[in-house]
Amino acid sequence: MTREEMESKDNETLKDKITGMKRTYPSIQSVLMPALYAVEQSYGWLSQDAIQEVSNHTGVPAAEIKGVATFYSMYRHEPMGRHLVQLCTNVSCLIAGVEDLVKFLDKKYGLLPGGTTKDGRLSLCLMECIGACGNPPAMLVDGDAYDNLTCEAIEQILEKYE
Amino acid sequence: MEKILLKNIDNPDSAGIEEYIRAGGYKTLEMAVTQMTPRDIIDEVKNSGLRGRGGAGFPTGMKWQIASMDPKFPKYLICNADEGEPGTFKDRPILEKNPHLLIEGMVISAYALQSTRGYIYLRGEYPLAAGILSRAISAAYGKGYLGNDILSRRFRFDLYLHRGAGAYICGEETALIESLEGKRGQPRVKPPFPVNAGVWNKPTIINNVETFANIPYITEVGGKTYSKIGSKDSPGPKLFSVSGKVVKPGVYELPMGITLREIIYGHCGGLMEGRTLKGVIPGGVSTPILTPEKIDCQMDFVHLSKVGSLFGSGAVIVFDDTVCLVKVYERIMQFFEHESCGKCVPCREGTGWMRNILGRIGSGGGTDEDLDTLEDVAKNVAGKTFCPLGDGAANVTLAFLKQYRDEIEYHVKNGKCPVDGLPHKDNRESHGGQSAPVEQT
Ligand SMILES: Cc1cc2nc3c(=O)[nH]c(=O)nc-3n(C[C@H](O)[C@H](O)[C@H](O)COP(=O)(O)O)c2cc1C
Ligand code: FES
Repeated sequence: MTREEMESKDNETLKDKITGMKRTYPSIQSVLMPALYAVEQSYGWLSQDAIQEVSNHTGVPAAEIKGVATFYSMYRHEPMGRHLVQLCTNVSCLIAGVEDLVKFLDKKYGLLPGGTTKDGRLSLCLMECIGACGNPPAMLVDGDAYDNLTCEAIEQILEKYE
Repeated sequence: MEKILLKNIDNPDSAGIEEYIRAGGYKTLEMAVTQMTPRDIIDEVKNSGLRGRGGAGFPTGMKWQIASMDPKFPKYLICNADEGEPGTFKDRPILEKNPHLLIEGMVISAYALQSTRGYIYLRGEYPLAAGILSRAISAAYGKGYLGNDILSRRFRFDLYLHRGAGAYICGEETALIESLEGKRGQPRVKPPFPVNAGVWNKPTIINNVETFANIPYITEVGGKTYSKIGSKDSPGPKLFSVSGKVVKPGVYELPMGITLREIIYGHCGGLMEGRTLKGVIPGGVSTPILTPEKIDCQMDFVHLSKVGSLFGSGAVIVFDDTVCLVKVYERIMQFFEHESCGKCVPCREGTGWMRNILGRIGSGGGTDEDLDTLEDVAKNVAGKTFCPLGDGAANVTLAFLKQYRDEIEYHVKNGKCPVDGLPHKDNRESHGGQSAPVEQT
């Protein structure tokens, strides 16, 4: 398959996905949140093109979609590295020493909050409570949950994410 | 106490439908649709005295009755699985390990309320639960517990999963409705209440995960028997998620009305060796902190308000003498600032202002005036916002100021923290949080 063909196939499935979502809700606007997750997955982040594509499939104006998307902090509003580290810094994790882990990520990987490593491998997002307060500090890496973190544990875990 | 909500969760296959059925699951649904009328179930829920477990403690039976009297159809049933209140992780074991208890509870509720369509609004931060719930929903369709002609009766109910994307305010029911409608999650004016005009302007019944998880048991044993568990005005079992400085943090199923002391020392192994208790947040960061003398208070919707706090979500956060509370409250205000939806100016500006003052005090640059300003700002936010988020932020600040003034003043006078003898790192400029998006040009 040529690149164009692949892209058009990709778009086809996205369109199908969004069409499928319409059956789940009585209004088209309701499709936006799941549709944004879906385009984010194929585009990597919510670029203008990604938002335009949701607009094409739903008929909701792109400006409106952007307004909705930017309300929610878990969408990827900018390009990110290959792996996303979401580290909780809320109270229970704070008092379990998460600040040391934030420092460690900077020192070891040059990874700053809201930033991406130079090699494009890791992005870091500091989170509000992720519901793992019983085993703090806690994080998600590409959606996989890890808790009871220490610097050594983080180093070992991140080895798996190349 | 026999476990009702966390029954069977130590079984590694507890999330599977076969295992759930083997342990007696979906029997109550079968009994309900064959032997009870919708009205019977609503009556049992009313008799049970069950109060919503999402934080506000509204009597579930009353909510259901109002909804059932509304002549408009369709009626939507929504499960609030947003669980965003920091310190709260009590719905998580139900979602991840006992999803069929939630589904059975929702289907019984749907039958009682004559609802044909339901949604589970799940927070974006729970990707594992998303997979488990999707599979559980499919399995329930497969066995005929969802869909058309449930259990060969003329009763249908469709259930869908809707994933949030990291906005605490979407746990507030009207913001949740906006979000489900594909909009920015900003709260609506009440009235009209969701029970009469909720999602897509139709009657909408919203309950918390744990509330629904109580329904099968209430239906099975009857409201009266259920109401013998726990305390008189707040009956039932309750999930407490305990975190912070205790030996054994975790989720505990205990009767309502248990004291904080019993939770901390009886169930969670007390504090670590050599530490002393400094304070406890009883129900998530939106509930006012309690000083150690108050831990004999019963944990329920009635007693906590009498000691100046709130029951909230049952998220107990324990602080010992190694914790600096100025730092904790700076972090809490950062949370409220980030999560304020921006609709009301006092909340949007006030939370940031309070965070800033606490940050300045913590990093050693505070003045006596700052304490007054903090109090003044908090008082001007309280009662002047649309939804309870701003109120929560203001009231927890006022309670902190009132009860821990010495600790705050120490920072101001000495320019350092009494816990480690150093000023805090100044976080006032950078948060690096789930950040506001960078504008693309
Ligand atoms: C700021 C705010 C956040 C809330 N977050 C949640 C939440 O995460 N989960 C929840 O069940 N209820 C939450 N609530 C309460 C809901 O508005 C609503 O009262 C509840 O879902 C009703 O269900 P219940 O009666 O079963 O508790 C929140 C309320 C406010 C004001
Ligand atoms: S505070 Fe970090 S997971 Fe709850």
